[in-house]
Amino acid sequence: MISWRWVPFVAAALVLAPVGVIFSSVLAPAGEIWQHLVETTLISLLLNTFWLVLGVIVGTALLGISLAWFTAVYEFPGRRFFSWALLLPMAIPAYVTAFVALGLFDFTGPIQTTLRAWLDSDLSWFPDIRGRLGVIIVMTLAFYPYVYLLARNAFLSQGKRSLEVAQSLGFSRKQGFFKVVLPMARPWIAGGIMLVSMETLADFGTVAVFNYNTFTTAIYKAWFSMFSLHAASQLASLLIIIVFIVIVLEQQFRSRMRYAEAKRSARVQRIQLAGWHNWVVTGFVVSVLFFAFFLPVAQLCYWAMQSFAQDYDVGRYLEFLWHSLTLSGLAALLICLVVIAMVYALRRYPDSATRYAVRTATIGYALPGTVLAIGVYVPLVWLDGQLSELALRWFQIETGQLIQGTLAIMLIAYLIRFMAVSHYPIDSAMQRVTHSVDEAAMSLGVHGWAMIRTVHIPILKPGIFTAATLVFVDVMKEMPITLMTRPFGWDTLAVRIYEMTSEGQWEQAALPAVTLILAGLIPIYLFMRQTEI
Amino acid sequence: MVSPNLSRFLIFIPLLFSLFIIHPAHANEVVVYSARIEQLIKPMFDAFTQETGIKVKYTTDNEGALLARLEAEGKNTPADVLITADVGNLWAAAQKGLLKPVKSEVLEGNIPAHLRDPDNAWFGLSIRARTLVYNTKKVKPEELSTYENLADPKWKKRLCLRTSKKVYNQSLVAMMIAEHGAAETEKIVKGWVANLATDPLSDDTRALEFVAAGRCDVTLVNTYYFGRLMKQDPNLPLAIFWPNQDSSGVHVNISGAGITRYARNEQAAIKLLEFLSSAKAQNLFADVNMEYPVNPKIAADPFVAAWGDFKQNPMNLVKAGELQTTAVKLMDRAGYR
Repeated sequence: MISWRWVPFVAAALVLAPVGVIFSSVLAPAGEIWQHLVETTLISLLLNTFWLVLGVIVGTALLGISLAWFTAVYEFPGRRFFSWALLLPMAIPAYVTAFVALGLFDFTGPIQTTLRAWLDSDLSWFPDIRGRLGVIIVMTLAFYPYVYLLARNAFLSQGKRSLEVAQSLGFSRKQGFFKVVLPMARPWIAGGIMLVSMETLADFGTVAVFNYNTFTTAIYKAWFSMFSLHAASQLASLLIIIVFIVIVLEQQFRSRMRYAEAKRSARVQRIQLAGWHNWVVTGFVVSVLFFAFFLPVAQLCYWAMQSFAQDYDVGRYLEFLWHSLTLSGLAALLICLVVIAMVYALRRYPDSATRYAVRTATIGYALPGTVLAIGVYVPLVWLDGQLSELALRWFQIETGQLIQGTLAIMLIAYLIRFMAVSHYPIDSAMQRVTHSVDEAAMSLGVHGWAMIRTVHIPILKPGIFTAATLVFVDVMKEMPITLMTRPFGWDTLAVRIYEMTSEGQWEQAALPAVTLILAGLIPIYLFMRQTEI
Repeated sequence: MVSPNLSRFLIFIPLLFSLFIIHPAHANEVVVYSARIEQLIKPMFDAFTQETGIKVKYTTDNEGALLARLEAEGKNTPADVLITADVGNLWAAAQKGLLKPVKSEVLEGNIPAHLRDPDNAWFGLSIRARTLVYNTKKVKPEELSTYENLADPKWKKRLCLRTSKKVYNQSLVAMMIAEHGAAETEKIVKGWVANLATDPLSDDTRALEFVAAGRCDVTLVNTYYFGRLMKQDPNLPLAIFWPNQDSSGVHVNISGAGITRYARNEQAAIKLLEFLSSAKAQNLFADVNMEYPVNPKIAADPFVAAWGDFKQNPMNLVKAGELQTTAVKLMDRAGYR
């Protein structure tokens, strides 16, 4: 049997390689650019970033938790459909939601244009969608599924029963929710919020559409516009340090809690909503789905039909689709396996070194994509150079590149970036495999692999499915790593979207975007319906 | 479903990787890293292969990532040619020693001196003119004159600009610094910011749509964005104005290329650049995106030529690279987001 012991350390080392590359220029001279930043934009960048992250956290928490609560505990018309349909927005890349939102609601969009014509007014009272609130709304609609998924997982397994316990102690339903259910779901919700904040911090595409300047746009500007990789690395190092502090704080906060909730009850008895409550809840769910999914998709389909004739080439698109699906599938498999091994290692050896190794392995998600891409690329290319030199010296073989230009380099890079995404769901699921479960199994004579297969896997299954879906969809949407590390000719749907949008042809990007969304629906449909009881 | 026997799977993974190893490059081909997107390079590459029998392998990415990649790969890079959609990044690549100066009489003959590197590290292949576009219902062309004039208070609340984060604006401001000096340019840029009708927009197309919809009266864009929009809807109330015709001329940028320092197929790579600057490919290269040919002997596409002739800024574009950082800082100070 493979020793789990070392998996977290290997994973952490993989993540630390690019982080090391980034930190290597911490002491390099870039004082001039720092001085310039301090004198001009730094304060506003930090404030912008702070408000954005805070706004998106609040927004996704409100939407994610409330939707999860409604679909996990109550019965209302369409509940079965909504509980997985609410995940659909996950399939739309946030930058796509962003350009659709601007296309619809900005000054030149159909809504303002029509209103101007009807009211014969210049509409100066119309809120500026390109402001801070606009970015926060778009990101909230794009990212709430992370919180929803994890919170729903928690509520499904324990929500109803905790609520009953609370009520038996004399709490009202509302008190019970806030005093018992919500605190008990904390690790799940915190995990979702961590993912959301990391993704918000690292985002470049969405904020670029809105021309909203954040810490990440400053990194790109220092690097690409002022040609100072040093200044960019130093800014990125600062970002990594902040994220690491937050992770450590969350870890502290979490380790003081123990959760002993065991298996889900076979069938949750849902609370039937009656009368107007029914319609309020259904209306709320429908409007979230409408704005986060159906409206953007409808607009994309409309644009796609316009460019269909010029751009559509069945062979090409099947190839993009095949590449996207292959990469996402392989990455989801690889990442979930590594993370399962990592989580098991932590369970067997819960010392603080292992714990920090696991947490370190998750910071790749908070790094801006291109920064991480080059951070991953540098050591791998170096390794490649060393290998081919060795081959030449010892065996007189001209090997050319061994790692570069293969799918291996892409998968390693995806692993480094997306471990966090599968860590939170699998780790949360693992919390349910309590030691009493193991003891019970062992007392029945079930050990080792048999215990994992017959006892653990069924409990972990929803978490693993959730993790696989998240990784699959995230990899499919990913751009910078895919662009930098793909083998020649290995264009994916995301690459196609990049090519269209990089020349400002947003409407032309609709066709690959629609295809990408449809492909993303496959795992959501297949896996997520399975996690429903 | 995941098999419980994880070890079996873990052994399987390296086997899986080994399936995808790609074979080393062949001699009779050129490898291109391009920041110009696939649709805008593939037709020319196909024509080149047809004419010479030399294959072209390419990958696309944004400029910054390609430069970083070339730097990381060093002498092991598979790339022979770097193509960008602006001059600033070519200059930066040359500055970092990623490009190899080449001597080619064909290239020197086909490309005007101000559109190629004085040290022959990079060469312009098409011209991207950055000009004024105005709303024909709200502005008379006589009101317009120069880029500098857009800072005049008479344009208060009438100007739309694309973000200063886009390299086209950085190149423009850098060329203005080369002409007027930093202090004077900063005054002009501050004037622009004071005249903005709305926050800077994320791209040229959006800026044009804002002008067409009447949110502002005039903007600063590359001509091909204008061309694309007018092809879609010829009735838009938009028209091009060529600024600075009595002074420095219209600011032009280039889409261009250079040979990488460690190119393995240097001769084939030079052949490719020569082909791209030749009469055969120039029209294809420029017309596919409604840009202007860099080769003065070749006429622009009739649709593009109909926008009129203009005098372009004859100052060597190397200045746009040299002064780009200065320009970015200046725009930050001026509050141009």
